[in-house]
Amino acid sequence: MSQTAEPTPAASVRDLVRTYGTADAEVRALDGVDLDVRAGEFTAVMGPSGSGKSTLMHCMAALDAPTSGTVTVGGQELGRMRDKDLTLLRRDRIGFVFQSFNLVPTLTAEENILLPLSIAGRRPDDGWFETVVAAVGLADRLGHRPNEMSGGQQQRVACARALVSRPDIVFADEPTGNLDSVSGAEVLGFLRRSVDELGQTVVMVTHDPVAAGYTDRVVFLADGRVVDELRGPTAASVADRMTALQTR
Amino acid sequence: MRTVTWRTLVARKVRLLLSGLAIVLGVAFVAGSFIFTDTIQRSFDGIVDGSVPDVTVRADADPVESRGGPVPPAGVPQTLDAALVEQVAALPEVERADGTVDGFGLFVVRADGRLLGGAGAPTLTFNFSDAPNMLGQPSISVAEGREPRTEDEVALDVRSAEQAGYVVGDTVTLLSAGPVPQQEATLVGTVEFAGGGLAGVTLVVLDTATAQDVFLGGERVFTSISVAGAPGVGQAELARAVETLLPSGFEAATGDDVAAEIQGLIGTALDFLTTFLLVFGAIALVVGTFLIVNTFSILVAQRSRELALLRALGASRGQVTRSVLAEAFVVGLLGSTVGLLLGFGLAAGLRLLFATFGLDLESTPLVLRPRTAVVAYVVGVLVTMVAAYAPARRASRVPPVAAMRDEVALPETSVRRRTVVAAVLALLGAGLLAWGLGGASNAVLTVGLGVLAVLLGVALAAPVLSRPVLAVLGRVYARLFGAVGRLAWQNARRQPRRTAATASALMIGLSLVTTMSIIGASVNASIERTVRADFPGDLVISNAVGIPFSSSVADDVAQVPGVERVAALQAVSGRLGEDGLPALAGDLDDVEAVVAPDYVEGRAPRTAEEVVLDTDYAEDVALEVGSTVVFAAAEGLEGVEVSVVGLYEPSQALQGGLVSRELLDGSGIARQDAFVAVRAFEGVDVRELDRAVEEVVADVPTVTVQDREEFTEGQRDRIDQLLLLIYALLGLALVIAILGIVNTLALSVVERTREVGLLRAIGLSRRQLRRMVRLESVAIALLGAALGIGTGLGFGTVLQRSVADQGVEVLAIPWTQLALYVLAAVVVGVLAAVLPARRAARLDVLRAIGST
Repeated sequence: MSQTAEPTPAASVRDLVRTYGTADAEVRALDGVDLDVRAGEFTAVMGPSGSGKSTLMHCMAALDAPTSGTVTVGGQELGRMRDKDLTLLRRDRIGFVFQSFNLVPTLTAEENILLPLSIAGRRPDDGWFETVVAAVGLADRLGHRPNEMSGGQQQRVACARALVSRPDIVFADEPTGNLDSVSGAEVLGFLRRSVDELGQTVVMVTHDPVAAGYTDRVVFLADGRVVDELRGPTAASVADRMTALQTR
Repeated sequence: MRTVTWRTLVARKVRLLLSGLAIVLGVAFVAGSFIFTDTIQRSFDGIVDGSVPDVTVRADADPVESRGGPVPPAGVPQTLDAALVEQVAALPEVERADGTVDGFGLFVVRADGRLLGGAGAPTLTFNFSDAPNMLGQPSISVAEGREPRTEDEVALDVRSAEQAGYVVGDTVTLLSAGPVPQQEATLVGTVEFAGGGLAGVTLVVLDTATAQDVFLGGERVFTSISVAGAPGVGQAELARAVETLLPSGFEAATGDDVAAEIQGLIGTALDFLTTFLLVFGAIALVVGTFLIVNTFSILVAQRSRELALLRALGASRGQVTRSVLAEAFVVGLLGSTVGLLLGFGLAAGLRLLFATFGLDLESTPLVLRPRTAVVAYVVGVLVTMVAAYAPARRASRVPPVAAMRDEVALPETSVRRRTVVAAVLALLGAGLLAWGLGGASNAVLTVGLGVLAVLLGVALAAPVLSRPVLAVLGRVYARLFGAVGRLAWQNARRQPRRTAATASALMIGLSLVTTMSIIGASVNASIERTVRADFPGDLVISNAVGIPFSSSVADDVAQVPGVERVAALQAVSGRLGEDGLPALAGDLDDVEAVVAPDYVEGRAPRTAEEVVLDTDYAEDVALEVGSTVVFAAAEGLEGVEVSVVGLYEPSQALQGGLVSRELLDGSGIARQDAFVAVRAFEGVDVRELDRAVEEVVADVPTVTVQDREEFTEGQRDRIDQLLLLIYALLGLALVIAILGIVNTLALSVVERTREVGLLRAIGLSRRQLRRMVRLESVAIALLGAALGIGTGLGFGTVLQRSVADQGVEVLAIPWTQLALYVLAAVVVGVLAAVLPARRAARLDVLRAIGST
């Protein structure tokens, strides 16, 4: 794992272990992971099923508590924080994009996008809201409910929701897993632009080499450890590494 | 966040409607009770205000203390001379003074020969007078015709005249307990009462002299004086002025005081009624609480993914809890509003129901006091929010990471902790029950709380208690319904807490119904046993309102073929030594032959110098067999020495003592009978004899002939009517419980959409699917029935044991009735499943599988 001297990472984990179950039935989902996510970069976490990539993301996103090791987001160590502070961290500094969109079905697209702000009791910054909405291309869909939109549109709403509160870092969990290739490309293109044009930091878990090809850096996980890394990836180079990993 | 709460409410309005309905019904009951009793209150306030004059001169409330003499025999009024009325009227402070004669015990026979009023509201009789009430209006004004002026004239209040079927000019038959048992008078007018409605009371107005004849032995005296003050004279001043003229034993009470006194008495009775009704409102609300807890639990479970998402997006636990509570608040608010409105309907219904018992409030509009609205909203909103609190807390414990998962299970409190809490509650309840039945100061409340605690304990433990019931059911279902039965059983078992909570709501209602059934059956069985032992002879002739009747009845009945012997008994308010003796006097041989008292000591009396007493009375006055004591047949008569020769077991018919009628000879007491016992010849059909005797007494209204069965039935009817009323009131709790089952099933079907789709995809028919839902519903209902009847058996037995020494000696468990309840539970289950089953069957297979 090569590491050049860089400014403070947006997020980092050290010696992260997460086990499930007890005694005989113990499963080590993460087995000592070290990782730095650089600010302003689009990072992909890849690995075969059961490699622990989702667990890694849940721990980094303050959704799950590690068994041991440290997680630092925006300079704050999560292990020392109480539930209340974790809530504030999720609310103000972290954005999410889920595989299954996870929109509130009773709210319109606009209300869904603004939900993190309304939870925080903050007023939306009109300029930023319009920027985000324009970027995802949903300006004419704001009054629609989720069930009136296609999967791609729903996921773009979810992306806008993740960005609207200007988080330090956005986590995306298989954002294209439930989408056809055209819609998937739209979502990935948007995430790419959010990094390039809006300066966003994005971490994406995926098992799709094509999706990974949109990123700056790919980190490979296997059996709960970081086993490889690739900078400036293409879909082909990622696919090769994956094949190598699986036949190792 | 507010938007999310609101949208969720709107989106799930149908599901919340059902839990809202529980609140609506509970609040309606509470509000209806208040509205109804407030209406009664206002009605009586009107009566009081309309009837009380500025100052009333009357016998001192407590004659014993003020005079230091003996208590006058009951029923003989203390009277005021006519001259006193003149003196009072002559006072400068007095505008006018009117002598009043009033009394009970005069009854109106309706045009159809039956008694007006009967056992309901009383009949009041007084002399006509246009004396003004506190408000300056005459208490009584003539509506039609004119006031009565001679002894064969009478006036009735408008409503009573109408009910009795008389119009002005008709001849009215009046019955009384006085020296003239039956008299006829011409209805010369109808009167109206200044206070508005009379709540069903019958007013009989006579002219003054006739009223004095009927109630005061014809002396020209009065029972009280109505005094109206001169202009500018206050009530207190007036009372002081009048007081100076009064003989000892009388007082001048101000109108305000009298009104307050009467209202205090009415208030006590109304408080009891309010409490009685509110108890059922509370039961309905407790049952409703289960429904709400369940609905919110299920809604929260179904939304757990959405809640996790909110948490992942940065909503705090408090925000999630509050959003669920806010939902509950809105549901409570809406429910209370509708409940309050429905309360009016319920109060109107109660008014109709009570009108059939003789309390007629038609002329008073329903009263809504601010307190009623406040209580309705506080109760409705509070109950909903308290019920939603646990689910709301659980909602906040959904981990944010759950937003990433497909299947979300809410954290559940451990079964062990629940069981411990349940056991503590049940023990506490048992303790309260024991304390309440053992003579706590507020026994009703203590017993009620005890019952509630036990029920809540059982409800908490229900997930565990339900196991054996469901295990048995599982075997039956599998055998009877095969795979569908097994599926239904698995569904009922899958979420034991949900199934148990739903069944618990039904349990509470059924438990109370079972308790009441057992108490009712025990009381009836005890009455029957007592009556069987006590009933004197084969037929009893008595008077419906307790008025003595002519001895000619006994003589006539003795001539009826089939009658072997009659024993006529006269009620005597005598004196034995220093004590009053309520005795029956009759021909000793007849009494022995027909009534045959059950002697526990000594023997039957044979001569006029021998008396027998019931054991209770003998104990009270410390007399025993062999005692010699002076007996006088009435107050003020010279006594004769008699000896006590026997003690008998008291019975309904024979209480106090039994003396020979010869003791009355020469006492001036006219011969009248309280009841006549008839013995038939061996082999005579009692029913037929009954009919023959009835014909003989047909011309004496109010005299009834009963055989043993009829008498028992008459007694049972009263109990059965009360039970019916209680069942009707408990019915509300049962309706709510049924709504609960509908709700749980509907929500479960929604939750299992995918699974239902899968079952349909692999070949389950719509019919089978409906049957599956129905069977699950029946399982829940049967579980509720098992728990309810079980606890009810316990409560009923404990309550019967605790009142065993108060006459309810027999424990009767109405097994057939209980079996009917189980059957009813099955029907309830089937009915509750109709809509949810239809919904499940309608699901589109493909879409159901695809739904998340």
